[in-house]
Amino acid sequence: MAKARSDDPLYGRIVYWWRVLRDTTAFRVSRGIARRVTGRPLVIAIPYLWLIFFFVIPFIIVLKISFAESRIAMPPYSPLWEWVTTSTMQIKLTMSNFGFLFEDALYKNAYLSSVRIAFISTLLCLLIGYPMAYGMARSKPSTRNILLLLIVLPFWTSFLLRVYAWIGLLKNNGVINNILLSLGVIKEPIVMMQTDFAVYLGIVYSYLPFMILPLYSTLEKMDMTLLEAAADLGCRPIKAFLKITLPLSIPGIIAGCMLVFIPAVGEYVIPALLGGPDTLMIGRVLWDEFFANRDWPVASAVAIAMLLLLVIPIMLFQYFQGREMRAHR
Amino acid sequence: MSANPRQAQGRGAPWNDPKAQPYVVIDRVTKKFGDFVAVNNVSLKIYQGEIFCLLGGSGCGKTTLLRMLAGFEMTSSGSMSIDGQDMSGIPPYNRPVNMMFQSYALFPHMTVEDNIAFGLRQEGRSKADVRKRVDDMLAIVKMAQFARRKPHQLSGGQRQRVALARSLVKRPKLLLLDEPLGALDRKLREHTQFELVNIQEQLGVTFVVVTHDQEEAMTLASRIGVMNHGEIVQVGTPSEIYEFPNSRFVADFIGSVNMFEGRLIEDRPDHVRIASDDLGGTIFVDHGISAAPGITVWAAIRPEKIRIARERPSQPDNVVPGVIKEIAYMGDMSIYLVQLGTGRIVRVTQPNVDRDSESQYTWDERVFLHWHAESPVIVTQ
Repeated sequence: MAKARSDDPLYGRIVYWWRVLRDTTAFRVSRGIARRVTGRPLVIAIPYLWLIFFFVIPFIIVLKISFAESRIAMPPYSPLWEWVTTSTMQIKLTMSNFGFLFEDALYKNAYLSSVRIAFISTLLCLLIGYPMAYGMARSKPSTRNILLLLIVLPFWTSFLLRVYAWIGLLKNNGVINNILLSLGVIKEPIVMMQTDFAVYLGIVYSYLPFMILPLYSTLEKMDMTLLEAAADLGCRPIKAFLKITLPLSIPGIIAGCMLVFIPAVGEYVIPALLGGPDTLMIGRVLWDEFFANRDWPVASAVAIAMLLLLVIPIMLFQYFQGREMRAHR
Repeated sequence: MSANPRQAQGRGAPWNDPKAQPYVVIDRVTKKFGDFVAVNNVSLKIYQGEIFCLLGGSGCGKTTLLRMLAGFEMTSSGSMSIDGQDMSGIPPYNRPVNMMFQSYALFPHMTVEDNIAFGLRQEGRSKADVRKRVDDMLAIVKMAQFARRKPHQLSGGQRQRVALARSLVKRPKLLLLDEPLGALDRKLREHTQFELVNIQEQLGVTFVVVTHDQEEAMTLASRIGVMNHGEIVQVGTPSEIYEFPNSRFVADFIGSVNMFEGRLIEDRPDHVRIASDDLGGTIFVDHGISAAPGITVWAAIRPEKIRIARERPSQPDNVVPGVIKEIAYMGDMSIYLVQLGTGRIVRVTQPNVDRDSESQYTWDERVFLHWHAESPVIVTQ
């Protein structure tokens, strides 16, 4: 697909973008590259070193802290091992941080609430993104590039700025409320800021392109004669969509859902800026543990647990992708 | 050309029977894409049980015509009817027609049997009925052992059979085939051609086949419609098209031919005489054409109908001297390129009857070319 359009710089850039995003999100660069360019160790070494320095080592540090005890000192946690005598080393693994995650309902609720918010946002992205991707894939090739550009255009602006901009739109004396008030549609401003609604809006708005791009690339590749064949065999258009187009776009649906769901679970900025005090998401809990409570060990335990929570969908993603690639070989 | 199995079976020719009801009637159909006229005022009658081939080069409108029969394209003007039913405004999913696509268009996410069952399931048939008909069809195309495979696990020839089975399982009255053998290699192609004809005989479906391959058309067809620039230029049985082309285009498109331009100098009911500067002599043909003397005509002579001789033959007409310039030995026959006194190169093919190389002609040998008076075909356009 990329080869056929390689003359088109915009398309190439978009494909590049979406690959970069996918790879960084899923941390699967190293495995993928190692599989593709075996025998070129130097090329492999760079992403490996990158991952070792910026993922593996920090991960080990966090893992180590999660087994420590909190104390008021610098650093604010107990060392993992101590020399009791010159020949005796004492290793102390504190499990209570993880136990604490089960004791306090806050963490369980934050997890469940994060997953729920991410799940609903993903579903909304799918429901909004699928028709958009479908429309783009079926439009004229000349319009397609413009539509693609419009999808990717927001990335040219900072993510943080875009979320901030929503505050200006949503707040009580923001743009939306002012327009509605001046039109006389409402008497009182609608409270939209610091609600779950604003969080969903922010997540769907921010992550929609990640849903649309893989869906678009799957739908655009689809052989249109399959739909003609279905019609020829007596299948009406709506049923042909359900029986042919939808099943064939499942790889795109999976990729899109993973790309939205995984970052949405750990989302911090959007709930922090748009959400209310009762919008409970694991990203905020993590922030509070580290910086408000200064309880690094519990915060690390939260981070590790969250990572595990995210690794399962990533593994599912890889499994489906691998199966899909084998099927089309 | 290969023997035509349909003709060999000696069936009647409904197109010559004025009482026969045509099965497909295409009446003055035109299709425009913007300013481009893809199909121009085409009228055709196709009869039940026929294998009708639409033959032409790429862009001649043959596929557009087929797609209009299937309902994927709407006619710009004119009408089409199948089995007496007018097809205008009827969407593809309501037509008594099935199509075998050039790319086969098998559903990649379904197994072979699900692909074949797809059409039957749209009709809401019982499971047992679907099962039975799918199994029957798998047996006909000899794919029963591959029923659970997905299309990407099949070879080209196997996919072609599945595509055929899928398009036949609904027992359509009319099957449209778009370059059905295009993706197969030569050996498989020949084999499949005959199989296709057998299946067609067995099920009694009417076939309309689109192809750019004249050999394919010759082997499959009961009749061929030759298309050029969106128009049908000639309709006839394979031998009619080959032996009696009605224009230079058809003569040239089907097989190879030596075309001599000339002037009609004598036109009688039983013979004509053409003076050809191309040939450097006159051509005598033993049948009359009703045309005004003096007009420019073309005499088309097939390479296999020209003979080579070392001595001047005794016949008074249709003899011309030349020099052998090129010889291509093909095994069963040889192709000779013979240069005439006028400089014109003539293509002659001779069967290699003798094994003895002594009797073969050689390069730069002076020979005489001669042919029967019935051999040339005269075309006026």
